[in-house]
Amino acid sequence: MANEVVDHGRRRFLTATTAVVGGIGIVSAAVPFIKSWEPSARAKAAGAPVTQSLAKIEAGQLLIVSWRSLPVFVLNRTAAQLATLPQVDSRLVDPKSNGVSADQQPKYAQNEARSIKPEWLVIVGICTHLGCVPDFVPEIKPEPFDPEWKGGFYCPCHKSRYDLAGRVFNGVPAPKNLQVPPYHFIDDSTIQIGVDPKEAG
Amino acid sequence: MANVFTSIGDWVNERAPGMMPAYRKHMTEYYAPKNFNLWYYFGSLALLVLVNQIVTGIFLTMNYNPSAAGAFASVEYIMRDVEWGWLIRYMHSTGASLFFVVVLLHMFRGIMYGSYKKPRELVWLLGMLIFLVLMAEAFMGYVLPWGNMSFWGAKVIISLFGTIPVIGSTLVEWIMGDFLPADATLNRFFALHVIALPLVLLLLVVLHIAALHEVGSNNPDGVEIKKGPKGNRWDALKPADGIPFHPYYTVKDLVGVGFFLLIAAFIIFFAPTFGGWFLEHDNFIPANNLATPSHIKPVWYFTPFYAIVRMIPSFLGSAVWGVLAMFGAIAVLFALPWFDRGKVKSIRYRGTGFKVALGLFVVSFFMLGAVGAGITAEVIPAWFGNVDVTFWENLFGRVMTLIYFGFFAFLWAYTYFGWEKTKPVPERVTTHD
Repeated sequence: MANEVVDHGRRRFLTATTAVVGGIGIVSAAVPFIKSWEPSARAKAAGAPVTQSLAKIEAGQLLIVSWRSLPVFVLNRTAAQLATLPQVDSRLVDPKSNGVSADQQPKYAQNEARSIKPEWLVIVGICTHLGCVPDFVPEIKPEPFDPEWKGGFYCPCHKSRYDLAGRVFNGVPAPKNLQVPPYHFIDDSTIQIGVDPKEAG
Repeated sequence: MANVFTSIGDWVNERAPGMMPAYRKHMTEYYAPKNFNLWYYFGSLALLVLVNQIVTGIFLTMNYNPSAAGAFASVEYIMRDVEWGWLIRYMHSTGASLFFVVVLLHMFRGIMYGSYKKPRELVWLLGMLIFLVLMAEAFMGYVLPWGNMSFWGAKVIISLFGTIPVIGSTLVEWIMGDFLPADATLNRFFALHVIALPLVLLLLVVLHIAALHEVGSNNPDGVEIKKGPKGNRWDALKPADGIPFHPYYTVKDLVGVGFFLLIAAFIIFFAPTFGGWFLEHDNFIPANNLATPSHIKPVWYFTPFYAIVRMIPSFLGSAVWGVLAMFGAIAVLFALPWFDRGKVKSIRYRGTGFKVALGLFVVSFFMLGAVGAGITAEVIPAWFGNVDVTFWENLFGRVMTLIYFGFFAFLWAYTYFGWEKTKPVPERVTTHD
């Protein structure tokens, strides 16, 4: 036994194949553990559409609706507020929502007011920077964070600013406009969040 | 009686002959330089705080309930109904902040006296890994009470990963196990906070100390006692300027421990929230996923890094740059031994440029902390009246960010091109007899 010649090529081959097979085994065994961190079936199932009556939301008033545990802002914009939208265009990253923010709304809300009906703004109130809920600051008056403030949303976490259509200003950390969720009008004063108009028929 | 102990000792030594030599190597025959000063307390104090965190942490888990529905109430239960629960929790929460105090001072000592330089780069790298794991550990611990700041802090920090192109949003869902921080998130953070990361932390601490004892401690003069004359009172072959760690430095460290515990006890008993710096006011409100606290800020030890995220605007439709800069701020610290090409270790014999740069670096760290904690946002309108706060805060914060990174760039150029004019380094430590 002891005087047999060592076949180094064979030994290297065996070492390499053992390492490769063992490595594949370890990687495969890691998959269930990594996958166990994904949202569970229960978490995924908790995302049903939400129906909301608009009848009691006065002009200029904001209602926060919980959809998939996300805060959805429903804002009844006044004519004066809608008139401010074109005034801030030059200070926005993507005023037409067709650049970096092209995916931030369904096609039917890709317009200046970012809504189906101009007065009704429906957006997910989650800052596109790091996910905080922006404050609603509707008054048209100079603010400490913006001397030419025309009303909009202001994120307390990292000072990102959005106008009254959820469009992001230049020079703030947030890269994109606030997201418009899929929604449609069931009748004149009721919306359903989570379902597109065409899906609803 | 003495015979019984001797025979037990002999019995163990026969079966584990490596144990006494290991004790001698790390304690009674670990020869540390005899000129350690005040700055050398913080390593052993960090170890003390680590023990405190583990012991108080174990007792907190006995009453804590890691679920979104029960976490907040169980923390209040610990505070109000569990016998001495308030003390154990405040020891843990105060310990977390003091951990960062002593670790930051310990790191500053290393930078001041060049303890990261050859041959101690590995000690520095392991120490930086400890710092990184400690930040993850502290972050997850802060989420556990499930107060409103816990929730939103978790949301913001996890969303940092969402800025990574392509995989970002999937990664965020994977980390949270849901579409927002929820039960699943809290449970896994609990598991990581009490099992996974403490194990990693302990292993790293053992490696950090083992690596240190291989090369020996640096000292305020930055001279290698191993290269100096040999022969001291205990051993003819060991460094003349070394003294055994035990009993000399164990006794010295006990003085530091006494002083430290005095300060810690004062905070625990009289100012456990430390004016909102150690425990934030908004965290005494239960988590609410529909309302962000109006002044969201992280705990103080994250504020400098948080400020860097805020100071970098989005670019090319992505917010990843601020996140990269924040991680970069830690990465440059890792690479410090390679930025600094200077041969002289201690600040005592280094050029004026180094002293000024280090001073500015410390100032920028504190000022970024002030920006991150929202102090500048209050001070600017109070001092300068009706000005554009965002503009001036961003300008100030960006200058401080530049100084922070500039320290490393300057240090490299200063030492690489030989601009540094050093003083002669003594042969032996200056206080030898």
